[in-house]
Amino acid sequence: MMKNKYSIFSLIKNAFSYHENWQKAWKDPQPKKEYDVIIIGGGGHGLATAYYLAKKHDLKNIAVVEKGWIGGGNTGRNTTIIRSNYLWDASAGLYDHALKIWENLSQELNYNVMFSQRGVMNLAHNLQDVRDLKRRTHANRLNGIDAVYLNTQQVKEFCPIINTSPDIRYPVLGGTLQRRAGTARHDAVAWGYARGADEMGVDIIQNCEVKGIKRNNGAVEGIETTRGLIKTKKIGVVAAGHSSVIANMAGLKLPLESKPLQALVSEPVKPVIDTVVMSNAVHAYVSQSDKGELVIGAGTDDYVSYSQKGSHEIVEGTLNAILELYPIFSRMRMLRQWGGIVDICPDASPIVSKTNIKGLYFNCGWGTGGFKATPGSGDLFAHTIANDEPHKLNAAFNLNRFISGDLVDEHGAAAVAH
Amino acid sequence: MTKSLRVKTGKIIDETYRISFKFNGKTYYGFKGDTLASALLANDVHLVGRSFKYHRPRGIMTAGSEEPNAIIQLHKNSSRTEPNVRATEVEIYEGLEASSQNCWPSVEFDIGGINNFLSPLLPAGFYYKTFMWPASFWEKYEYFIRKSAGLGKSPTEPDPDVYEHKYVHCDVLVIGSGISGIMAAKTAAKNGLQTLLVDEKPILGGSTIYQNSENFKINNQNSGSWLEKEINEIKKISNLDIKVRTSVAAYHGYNFLLARESLTDHLPIEQRKNKTRHKLLKIRAKKVICATGSIERPLIFNNNDRPGILLSSAIKRYADLFGVSCGEKNVLLTNNDSAYETAISLIQKGINIEAIIDNREEVDSKLVYEIEKNNIKIYKGFTVVDTSGYKRINKLSIMKLSKDGQKVIGSKINLPCNCLGISGGWTPAVHLFTQSGGKLKFREDDQVFIPNTHPSDQISIGSCNGDLSLEDILINVPNTLKEFLGIKKTEYENIEVLSSENFSKRNIWLLPSDKVLGKTKSFVDYQNDATAKDIKLALREGFRSIEHVKRYTTTGMGTDQGKLGNMHALGIISETAGTKMGEHGTTTFRPPYTPLTFGTIVGRNVGEYFDIFRKTPIHDWHVENKAEFENVGQWKRAWYYPKDNEDMYQAVQRESKAARESAGILDASTLGKIDIQGTDASEFLNRVYTNSWSKLAIGKCRYGLMLNEDGMVYDDGVTTRLGENHYIMTTTTGGAANVLSKLEDYLQTEWPELDVYLTSVTDHYATISVCGPNSRNIVSTIIDDLDFSDENFPHMSFKNAKIGKINCRVMRISFTGELSYEINIQANYAKSVWEKCIEAGKDFNITPYGTETMHLLRAEKGFIIVGQDTDGTMTPIDLQMDWIVSKKKYDYIGKRSLYRSDTIREDRKQLVGLLTENPDDVLEEGAQIVANINKTPIEMLGHVTSSYYSPNLKKSIALAVVKGGKNMMGEKLIIPMENKSINVTIADPIFLDKENKKLNA
Amino acid sequence: MFLINCPFCGEREQSEFKAGGEAHIIRPKQPTELSDDEWAEYLFMRKNIKGVQFERWNHAHGCRKWFNVVRDTSNDEIKAVYKMGEKPPTI
Repeated sequence: MMKNKYSIFSLIKNAFSYHENWQKAWKDPQPKKEYDVIIIGGGGHGLATAYYLAKKHDLKNIAVVEKGWIGGGNTGRNTTIIRSNYLWDASAGLYDHALKIWENLSQELNYNVMFSQRGVMNLAHNLQDVRDLKRRTHANRLNGIDAVYLNTQQVKEFCPIINTSPDIRYPVLGGTLQRRAGTARHDAVAWGYARGADEMGVDIIQNCEVKGIKRNNGAVEGIETTRGLIKTKKIGVVAAGHSSVIANMAGLKLPLESKPLQALVSEPVKPVIDTVVMSNAVHAYVSQSDKGELVIGAGTDDYVSYSQKGSHEIVEGTLNAILELYPIFSRMRMLRQWGGIVDICPDASPIVSKTNIKGLYFNCGWGTGGFKATPGSGDLFAHTIANDEPHKLNAAFNLNRFISGDLVDEHGAAAVAH
Repeated sequence: MTKSLRVKTGKIIDETYRISFKFNGKTYYGFKGDTLASALLANDVHLVGRSFKYHRPRGIMTAGSEEPNAIIQLHKNSSRTEPNVRATEVEIYEGLEASSQNCWPSVEFDIGGINNFLSPLLPAGFYYKTFMWPASFWEKYEYFIRKSAGLGKSPTEPDPDVYEHKYVHCDVLVIGSGISGIMAAKTAAKNGLQTLLVDEKPILGGSTIYQNSENFKINNQNSGSWLEKEINEIKKISNLDIKVRTSVAAYHGYNFLLARESLTDHLPIEQRKNKTRHKLLKIRAKKVICATGSIERPLIFNNNDRPGILLSSAIKRYADLFGVSCGEKNVLLTNNDSAYETAISLIQKGINIEAIIDNREEVDSKLVYEIEKNNIKIYKGFTVVDTSGYKRINKLSIMKLSKDGQKVIGSKINLPCNCLGISGGWTPAVHLFTQSGGKLKFREDDQVFIPNTHPSDQISIGSCNGDLSLEDILINVPNTLKEFLGIKKTEYENIEVLSSENFSKRNIWLLPSDKVLGKTKSFVDYQNDATAKDIKLALREGFRSIEHVKRYTTTGMGTDQGKLGNMHALGIISETAGTKMGEHGTTTFRPPYTPLTFGTIVGRNVGEYFDIFRKTPIHDWHVENKAEFENVGQWKRAWYYPKDNEDMYQAVQRESKAARESAGILDASTLGKIDIQGTDASEFLNRVYTNSWSKLAIGKCRYGLMLNEDGMVYDDGVTTRLGENHYIMTTTTGGAANVLSKLEDYLQTEWPELDVYLTSVTDHYATISVCGPNSRNIVSTIIDDLDFSDENFPHMSFKNAKIGKINCRVMRISFTGELSYEINIQANYAKSVWEKCIEAGKDFNITPYGTETMHLLRAEKGFIIVGQDTDGTMTPIDLQMDWIVSKKKYDYIGKRSLYRSDTIREDRKQLVGLLTENPDDVLEEGAQIVANINKTPIEMLGHVTSSYYSPNLKKSIALAVVKGGKNMMGEKLIIPMENKSINVTIADPIFLDKENKKLNA
Repeated sequence: MFLINCPFCGEREQSEFKAGGEAHIIRPKQPTELSDDEWAEYLFMRKNIKGVQFERWNHAHGCRKWFNVVRDTSNDEIKAVYKMGEKPPTI
């Protein structure tokens, strides 16, 4: 069924009926007995995968199963940074593919995901940072990605509230800027894709936890869930922090560790920072949401945990860094703090890949920076599932690289891994 | 002059101590003990701020940290400014200046108020549905959205205040000093337990302390007096620590809690100098007792947000504690007995009550009878359907509720009113309990969530546990304490309690109106302007989970985190969806309980204490000699020593030339040093380095390369055999700690059979490196009893020596390619030895050089720097260092990974030298290398890792990694820069003295 | 922020320790005999368990000793602690 289109006109029209006539953004169907494809995980990546399967690959009988509520995992917990200024060709290709989709996503979905190209700056604090960032900027330029290197003065001009004094412990020596980068409204991405997928007939099944993967002769047959057995020949797993849990159900081990990642927001204030600033050496990143909250990301703890809680030291360390770079924020207050579970690969790059079980595909390992890839990840994963082979843009992100050694080592290359 | 609404003396007000303060530029007076809110109310000021979305006028609603509306900017335009401060929590002091926020030009006349009229177009989530056309315009819309969003303003200057952290360990932590908390603290402390009692308010006693009614008695005294005696007693107990103005922000697992103790915020600014503003208490408690009380619920009806509408309990608190009447025409709206307690207090104080509107039809309650005796009109079975008055409530309309409470019937009655107290019953404050991982259960009787299972050694007592009556508290709390603390008896065994309220309640989450819902504004989240119809819209659009509704409508996402309205949101959802409360989940209460200042969390870790400075023992000399410094990890290393206005380039050229032509001296103390001892030390080195160590003679040095288990180069350095079972290993400066940790890991977990002991001696020894053709002349001057001849002391060997009486180790090793000696000496002698070298080198123009010159000199020689020429993706083979990879050794860390299908590829990136076509063109480190600039997509073959102008070779040199570079000697490649391309030729990475003549001189 | 009972020092804050990942993954004695697949299994593949996990911890800011911990990764509750080389407890 065609949804009513969202626009200022539909808002005005509905205002006359006190907004009593809006349709459901997505239905709440009972699971069918069988689907052509089942996506496990109703986060942004999973919903996007279902959306592109339906839209570009002519598959209609698709379900997304989600154990809680859609967008409730890392989609709704991240700091919404979007950029594509990655070092390696494979990463740059993947993330810039996503960025290009972001640029028209609100119109494509007819849902305002508030993609705001306010620029992302990465700061350098020592001479090796400078070398690494220059290396990355040169690589970006040759890959057609709009990154430029800024000296300290230019950093200050672009974001005047940064403390660029040479007297601080780790002075700002320079930085990179990608102007096309920015932020988006995280919840809206999940909701927009859900609405779009639902419109094309995808069943979005919430409160449905997967308990087992049925296999026969090295091929998948279906999933056991809290709402019964659902048959299928193709399963795309997009379960982020819980990817290993699903993999273990299928007797697979993945090169992943799930770790706590924390973030926090301040109370809302009038506009004070108009871009996204990230720093690796003085570890913190900050932006300001449209609501006015400072959105601040911390690092991961180093142990495996599914508790959605991290240690206080991490938050403290992050705010130490924030006040080092932005002393004016000392009297601002932390409003909320939370944790998510991020699945991290040894090379800090994702896995978007087939497995050695027929019909079982994994999209995972996005670590601390998956949000930015959402549209591209969904598109490429849909391609991989539909064709049973990867698209050239995600070919490098296969599982085999851990065997051959052909890693896409983004953290080894000292790129900021967020 | 403004009106004074001060009535009889309030309990904590000192009327002899008048304080002046400013609000929106106007001067007012209050008394010591007042909060900003009570002082404003006493001056008849209700309009305090504007709401987030519709910019509706808002006033003071509560008397505590749950306040959603009365939030102000403190001391604007000063370095102590603070946005979003709750007026209900600020204790006034002389000179306080507060202003309304989120309004322009003023709170009285706010342009943004137009949003209120546009509100039909601005339902929940409207922004997801519009601002999409034209596509490129979002950022323009966004600019205005951002401007109108936000509340107060961020400070613009650094914070003049200081903050501290304190670790606290106690047997029992009691949170909250209401009657339950006081009983708990006293019981714990009297039983010999080290106890800490904290309360967010400046005074102890919660809401019982100002109870002065015949209806609530303990042992025949009114409950307030009884509690006051208890408080006086506990103040004398030595093992009980009491902290007021201390708010518990977070309750983490394993009974780890964070609390903010506020020390100066209540003092006049001039008295705050040199004092700590906040102390963050990091509490580890063996047992935790939550006595966090409960928060009164508002009621949800049309236009329930106007200034002059307060929680009924807040009106009582302002009257009893501060002696303030919140209005002259008071009306109370309630669904339970609590409002009658307020009424009794107001009557005691002589404050007029127009009427009480009770949702309940029939109530058999002593409190109600008492009010009736006072001839106050009670409208039973009625509700408020609307209010009016733009900047202050001036009138309300009431109607009779239908039997099922879902409709209103009969005719409307209008009542004059300039202060409406609302009471919807009580919500246990379970926020900290749930933060700790506690699970809740729903109690149908009075529609509250109460603690169910406790995840750690903790209990909840009193009203936060659902014991809402005085009687329940005095019966249940002692019993709970006995069990929890493992004691036989408390002081509260045979206490007589009189508690007069009736606990009937008529719970209606959304009170009906005579208008259709679409035409009403019944606020659920006051600060964020989320209304009941917004919640219903969200449900209509398919959002079901409470988290979805919360995010879609922004309910509970204000600075009060929904302390007032979250329950109603849940109630409306379950009513609308026809499900049971709790079925859609409760929203998670995320820390902190009340917002916590960044400065408090950071404490002293700011400025020079942000991170430690590691300085070498020779650091002062470098400073005296005007060195510029480079940060390497936590170390400050001398970078170069500019002379006579030299820039870095000039200084480095001079230093490099001097080191090659005569003598240079470098402080290499930051290199990691690990002392390795044990009978299996040689075997251990065999396993951790790629090359072989078995045959290294005592007194000899060897360079080693260490890999990760994935085959990539991890660290490097020279290791010296000091004795049969004794080595000293050096590591890179940045890698020192990680290398030691990695080696310990293998030693303890993989190879426990090896007899090896590792000790970090990085800080114990300083390293002075003297290099250049004249280095021998210099070093032999200060070490006179050592034979420095090449035969006795060849390259890559070591000698024990003495400088005066001081033992030192001298290694003849070189990172520059020159004849070079490294003197390792106990750190505290290092500076004097350095100065001796300088003195001895005077005739040889000994030139101190820093890290930049060191980098240049080693690059001339083609020596790598791990971390600069490698990036975690380079194998030793890639570095063309095959010579250091033992073919014979059975195993070493990383060996297996070198033979994977990808690591044996011939066309991997390999380390090469680069020479520029124009010898004066110095390449940029990090620049990419291509073969064909016209191909698209352009193929990048590698990048420049190190690049310098060599004064000794008089040309530009560079190291680079290039795909298949090993077999491309002499080939021409291109460095494409932004504005030009530079032609380069692949060369041998060893640019100087390939035969090592200088080294072995 | 949990507490870890170091078998050598006693109970300390987790921040004093460094996590070392899944325990009882023994480094192959003869790595050169392994296929690329088998070597990758040792090097990278992890169970990454949600639930009771046996793992390694190092008292990095204390005695620097490595030891094993049994922890429920779903709620960070520590079930047991034992020294390197000791038999894992049955949980």
